[in-house]
This record gives sequence, structure tokens and C-alpha cells, in this order.
Amino acid sequence: MSRMPQFLVERWTVTGRLTAAVACTLVLLLALLPGFAGGLIVDKLTTLLVYILLASMWNLLAGYAGLVSVGQQVFFGLGAYFALRLVDLGIPPYLALLLGAGGAGLAAIPLSPFMLRLKGGEFAIAMWVVAEAVRIIVMFDPLVQGETGTSLIALNSFDPDLRRNLTFWLALGSTAMILALTFWLLRGRIGAAAQAIRDDEEAATSIGIGVMRVKQIIFVLAALGCALAGVVWLASAITFQPRTIFGVQWTVFMLFMALVGGLRTFEGPIFGAIVFFLLQEAFGDFGVWYLAGLGAVAVGFALFLPDGVWGAVRGRTGLELLPTGAQLSIGGEPVSARPRVPRPGPVKDPA
Amino acid sequence: MLDAALQGILLGGYYAVLAAGLSLMFGVIRFINLAHGDLAILGAYLVLFCAERFGLSPWLALVLVLPVMGLFGWVLQGALFARTMRGGFLLPLLTTFGLGAVLQNGMFGLFGSDARSLGNAIGSLSWESWQLPFGISLGKLPVITFGIAVFVLVALQLVLSHTRLGRAIRATSADAEAAELVGVDARTVHRAAAAIAVALAGLAGALLAMRALVNPYAGPAQLIFAFEAVVIGGIGSLWGTLVGGIILGVAQSFGSLLSPQWFQLAGHVVFLGVLGARLYFSHAGRRGGLRFLLTGAR
Amino acid sequence: MSLLSVENLVARHGLLTAVHDFSCTIEPGEVVAIVGANGAGKTTLFRAIAGVHTAAGGTIRLAGADITALPPHRRVAAGIAMVPEGRRLFSEMTVDENLRIACENGRRGSWTLATVLEALPQLQPLLRVPAGGLSGGQRQAVAIGRALMSNPALLLLDEVSLGLSPIAVAGLYESLAALKAGGTTTMVVVEQDLDRVLGFADRVICMLEGRAVLEGRASELSRSQIASAYFGLATGQVH
Repeated sequence: MSRMPQFLVERWTVTGRLTAAVACTLVLLLALLPGFAGGLIVDKLTTLLVYILLASMWNLLAGYAGLVSVGQQVFFGLGAYFALRLVDLGIPPYLALLLGAGGAGLAAIPLSPFMLRLKGGEFAIAMWVVAEAVRIIVMFDPLVQGETGTSLIALNSFDPDLRRNLTFWLALGSTAMILALTFWLLRGRIGAAAQAIRDDEEAATSIGIGVMRVKQIIFVLAALGCALAGVVWLASAITFQPRTIFGVQWTVFMLFMALVGGLRTFEGPIFGAIVFFLLQEAFGDFGVWYLAGLGAVAVGFALFLPDGVWGAVRGRTGLELLPTGAQLSIGGEPVSARPRVPRPGPVKDPA
Repeated sequence: MLDAALQGILLGGYYAVLAAGLSLMFGVIRFINLAHGDLAILGAYLVLFCAERFGLSPWLALVLVLPVMGLFGWVLQGALFARTMRGGFLLPLLTTFGLGAVLQNGMFGLFGSDARSLGNAIGSLSWESWQLPFGISLGKLPVITFGIAVFVLVALQLVLSHTRLGRAIRATSADAEAAELVGVDARTVHRAAAAIAVALAGLAGALLAMRALVNPYAGPAQLIFAFEAVVIGGIGSLWGTLVGGIILGVAQSFGSLLSPQWFQLAGHVVFLGVLGARLYFSHAGRRGGLRFLLTGAR
Repeated sequence: MSLLSVENLVARHGLLTAVHDFSCTIEPGEVVAIVGANGAGKTTLFRAIAGVHTAAGGTIRLAGADITALPPHRRVAAGIAMVPEGRRLFSEMTVDENLRIACENGRRGSWTLATVLEALPQLQPLLRVPAGGLSGGQRQAVAIGRALMSNPALLLLDEVSLGLSPIAVAGLYESLAALKAGGTTTMVVVEQDLDRVLGFADRVICMLEGRAVLEGRASELSRSQIASAYFGLATGQVH
């Protein structure tokens, strides 16, 4: 009788380990960046980190859990608002920023059982309405001064370079932590459960997955991520304008980055954020035409690269820098041909 | 109070016209058009242009503008919307947002950023009212708007129920593939639905401009109201959009008694409340009531 | 000339090939049965002929004209009508409307509301009833009537007995036999009920895993031959 080949299921591939090592090193190097780079670079990188964070969170919601939210800006703005209020109470600015973000993340908890029971389109619109409602309520606060908005003046007491660096480290730390948390989550049972839910919620329930619990965890984590992005934005821009910070254009940006980078891949949103950042740098001054251009670029991607840039790369080469799935190897040989990244089924176009 | 309620009901008529187009596109084509509000404003500006440039009465201008809007909708569906649907659920969101941006910027470029209104063009109609017993006064324009809304919905209902196009539309929205199998060209049906939807948006925009000021960036605010009306009334129901519009209008009307901000906020609160009530009665009611809903237990 | 000519048809579902290099011809006026186990590719074949499933390869000709690239509604205009698996009626619309819409968008011909009601008299009292409120047998009759209203040259019937009671199936095949007797409608029938279909069809094609594994006149093939082909044990006449 022949010997049974040895089956091995690996969670970490060689590439994965390598990337993880590189990523950790990169984070450490970036942390040292303010020491030898100019203020402008630090500023730009801070912005890029915010984009990366936002894109990853939107991807977490939409790509992994199937929750399309047109209202994530509510947490973006709420974190900043809580921070403003805490500073007003006398809490040191950077602590206030962290607590503010945490508060916004907590606010997601009572919101979740209600929101998460809504179906697709209703959920998307309801989140937008919540964002609008919160904006109006925030504007009632005399501290915010309605349309005019206000500023986190306390930050002006810091030396500009120090403020920039602190903000950068806050951004770096938040992004690294949230991404690590997300990665860890996706590799675990939650990640598999989320994808099962996204693919077929009924089937997932029938095999015993606690659908509500999984969605809640993801929802709250995404909220926290967006809130951290929001407080970093506040620290960087100092001004707090309700219409801007609670604006729906943030969702559009997140959507763009996730779509272009590649939904349902871990690396995709990061790539999408970089693309978005570069576009912003090059064309951001073109105002509303820039937004129209974004739409055009997205159309191009959807028609020619529907899986996003990273999805296409992964589809061709099977390359997965940070594996969230599992790799099967039989008798020492990894099973070849990673299947194509599954696309969302397009609504059947009869033409 | 009664006055506010009546104002709200009449406002609901406007929302019904605005929301009907959105609902039609989603019901028939399964397409969410985030530029719907901007298309309404475009309609308003076109009517404004005709009224100011050529001195036409807005009502006459509408007769000219609506077919143009319809044609625009036809073209948009064929050239843009149909293509984006191949990209899945998310691409239409992105592209229509971009389209909205193009429209906003275009209108800003062509007409400037000043807020405009058709109030002058319709003369005394914008402030005249009928005096009813019990001290109630009903503005003539709101009543006419409501009347137009009902007329439009009835016309739409008749088209859907009794015409060949209407049957084709209903069949395509029920089961597009089966419709193709009986010889219906779904592409043409989609374009027709889009044409009707965009024309309706234009009509709504003109009605808005008659009673209020519009500016090129007013689209998104109207869009969210349209969405609220559709969802409150029940997605997919034609007369539901009238009911939804009325509920929204009444809520906003009562809200405005408190403050200008409460105008919008009341609408949002009622919207969320309706959703919550619906959830309660469908989910929790069967499984354990409010506690179940809040604790998220299974 | 054959009414329908399928040449080397290939149809896929993603990575799975459901129809492999399938060829057959259907002559005008005949009734051909396509049998096979679930997953053999019968429905995919039908959907490819009707145009709702895009063929990955091969050619389909209707009365000599190449229709492979035509969308479904144009194939209806060319003369194909399908009664789809699961009926796919417009459940919110009445029976009358279901028939009307096919009439309005189909071809002119001898099938009108009057003649269809003659052929399927059970529909007469149901005209104003929404299609969703009917029984299985009634729905199937509506589906067949709807396909007839397109005045097809070629009628494709996909699993019409599925989910129906034996009595309903019997009634259905009575109507279909009358149709066959009329001599003007060419039919291709996918059917699980072998007894039924052998008594009804002129020719039988058996499919297995996307290929035709047996073909012959219904009167000439034995039950055991068909059974072997059905389950993959046959070496019958293969195209």
C-alpha cells in the first residue's frame, strides 16, 4: 500500500512571512522619519496614512463583510467632535484625540444592532442619513459655531514641528495598530465567518455562525478606524468644519480607493490609497472636475480591471503578500493555481 | 399646527415627483442614481434659462424642457449607466457621483453660483393663497404642485397598467431574463425607464425652483430627501413614494416650527424611526421584542 | 433544410463546462426529447439556444440563418420560444397580461389569444387572476400559452412536468399531444419522466455531462439502452 501523501495547511507562506517582516521594519523606519525628513514629507505621509486607514476600513466593511456604507464619515467626524469637546473640558489635545476616537468607536456599539439588521440599500442610505443627522446635531453645539466651524486651538500651543511629528506618529501608530488588528481578525474565525456571511448570509447562519456578532465586531472596528483617521485629520488641519468633516465625499473617496485597489484583498486598499493620494497631489486643485475625473478613472477600472489593481495582480500571479486565507500543500508541494479572486456578480445585463 | 400639517402634505407632493424617478430607476433597472438630485437642479436651470432668456412662462418652458430631459436620460442610460452595471454594485455609485460632480460644475460654469428662483417668472402665483375656514390658508403653488404630483403618478400608473411599454417595464423589472424570452428588448425598456425618470427629475427641479431658491450645488440635499421618501414609502411601490413623500413633508414641516435645522433633522429622525419600526415589527416582534433588538442576541 | 442546427456548441458556467461540443439537428415538425440526469447540461443547452446564456463556442442556425450572436429577444423574432425551467411567469401580472406581453413582442401568426385559449381551455376562467396565485399545473399552462403567443417556429419546453401532480402532468401532455397533432409546431422537450416522453417524442437525445451519448428514434430505442446512456454505461450513436 502506498504511503499517504502528507497534507499540510499553512496559514503563513514564505512570502507572507517576508512581507510581515518588511512591514514591521517599514513601520519602525517610518517612525524614525521625522528625524531626517522635511516637514512637507511628514505632512504628506500623514495624509497618505489617513487614506490608507480609510480605504482599509471601507474594504473591511464592504469587501469582507458585504456591508456597503455611504455614511462612514459619521465616525470620521464624530471622533473629531468628541476630541474638540474633550479639549474644551481641559484634557490635553493628543489624549483628547485618542479618547475622542475611542468614543466614536464606542458610539458604534449601540448603533449596530439597529443598522446591521437593515438590508443592503437601506443600510447604505440609513448610514448616510445618520451621518447627516449627527452633523446637524453637532452643529447645534455652540462650540462648533454652526456653519463656520471652529478650530482645535489648543494645538497651536505646540511647536509646529512637534505638532506635525506628533500627528504623524499618531497616524502611523493608529494605522499600524488598526491594520494589524484587522489582519489578525481576518485570519481568524471572524474573517472566515465574515466572508461566509458576505457570500450567503442564510447559509452562514445555517452552519452556526453568529452573524450579528461577527457583523458587530467588524462594524465597530471599522468605526474605530475611521474615527482615528478623523482625529488625525483634525490634528493635521486644525480646523473643524462640520460640512467638510461629515461630508459624503469621504465615502466617495473610500469607495474609489477600495475599488481601484481591489476589494476583498488585504493589500488592495493600501494600493488604492496610494493611487488616490497621487491623483490628489497631481489634480486636487481642479476642484469639482477632479471629482468627475475620479468617476471616469473608476469607470475605466471597472471595465478593464474590475478586481482592482491588486486583484488583477493576485489573479495573474497568485501573489498574496499578507495571506488571510490558507495554503494547502500536498506532499510538500503547494497546491497550484490560486483561483481567481471572486468578483461580485454583476446584475445581469440582458444586452 | 394644522397649517404645518397641510404644508407638509403638500410638500409631500413635490417629494413624490422627485422620488418617483429614483424609484423607477431602482425598480426597473436596479440602478441607484446618485446624480438624481443634480439632474433635478439641471431641469430647474433649464427652465430658468428659458424663462429668463426667452421670456417664456415656466409652464411653457417645462413643455420644452421635459422632452429634452427625457432624451438626456435615454442617452445617459445607453451610453453610461448600462456600461457601469457590468462593474457590479459599487461602480454605479461611483460613476453617478462623478456625473453629479460634472453637472454641478457645469451648471456653476454656465449659470454662476447665485441662488436663483422661478418665483418672479410665475408672478403672483408664488405667494397667492386660498383662504379656507378656520383661518387656514393654502398657498396656491403648493396645491398646484401637489395636483401635478398626483396627476403625474396617475399618468404613470396608467402607462404601467395599460400600455405596451408599461407591460414591458413591469415584466422587465419583475424578471428581466423572462422578459427577454418573450421578446422584450430589455435595453430599450431600460432606456425608456431612464428617460421617464430623468424627465420626472427635471419636473421636480422646476417645481422646487418655483417655491424656493436653487443653486448649482443643491442636488445632493434633494437626493437624500428623495431617498428618504422612497424608503419610507417602501422601495418599489409607486404610490408608496407619495405616502413616503407626505410623511417626510409633514415631519419636516413640523420640524421647521422648531428651527431651520430641525426641518432637515425631523425628516432624518422620522426616516430612522420608520426603519426602526419596520424592523421591530418584522424581526423583533416575532422573536422577543425590544430587548432582542437591543442586545443583538440571536 | 433543418429548422434548428446546433454545431459544436460549448457553454460554460465560470470554470465548469456544462455543454461540450454538442451538435444536433432538428427537422421541421418533429418532436425531439432531450433526456439526461441532473447536471447533464440540458437546461444550459436550452438557455444557449434561446440566447440567455452566451455560448463559449460553436454555432446555432435557425432555418439556415446564423443566430449565435443574436440576443434573446431577437431570437424570439426569428422564431424561437422557450418555456423556461421553473416557468418564470410575471407573478404580479395577470394571466391575460402574461399572454398579452408575449403577443405584443412576438411574431404574428395563427396563435392569438383566442386560439391559445382553445388549445388550453383551462386558462379561460383564469384570465384576470395574477399569475402568482395559480396552482403549479395552471402556471405551467400559462407558461406554455405565453410561449405559443410568440408564434414560434421552434418551441423549447424545459422540464414542464417539474413539480406537478400526476394528474396535472397528464393533462399537460394531452394539450401538448394536441399541439403535436396540429403539425405546425416543432418542439424540443427536456423531460425527466422517461415514460411520458418516449410516448410523446419522435426522437430522443440522451445527454451526459454535457455531451450527447445516445440518439435515435423513440420507437427504436429500448428502455435499457436509454437507461445505460443515462447513467453513462452506453456506447450508442454519438455525434
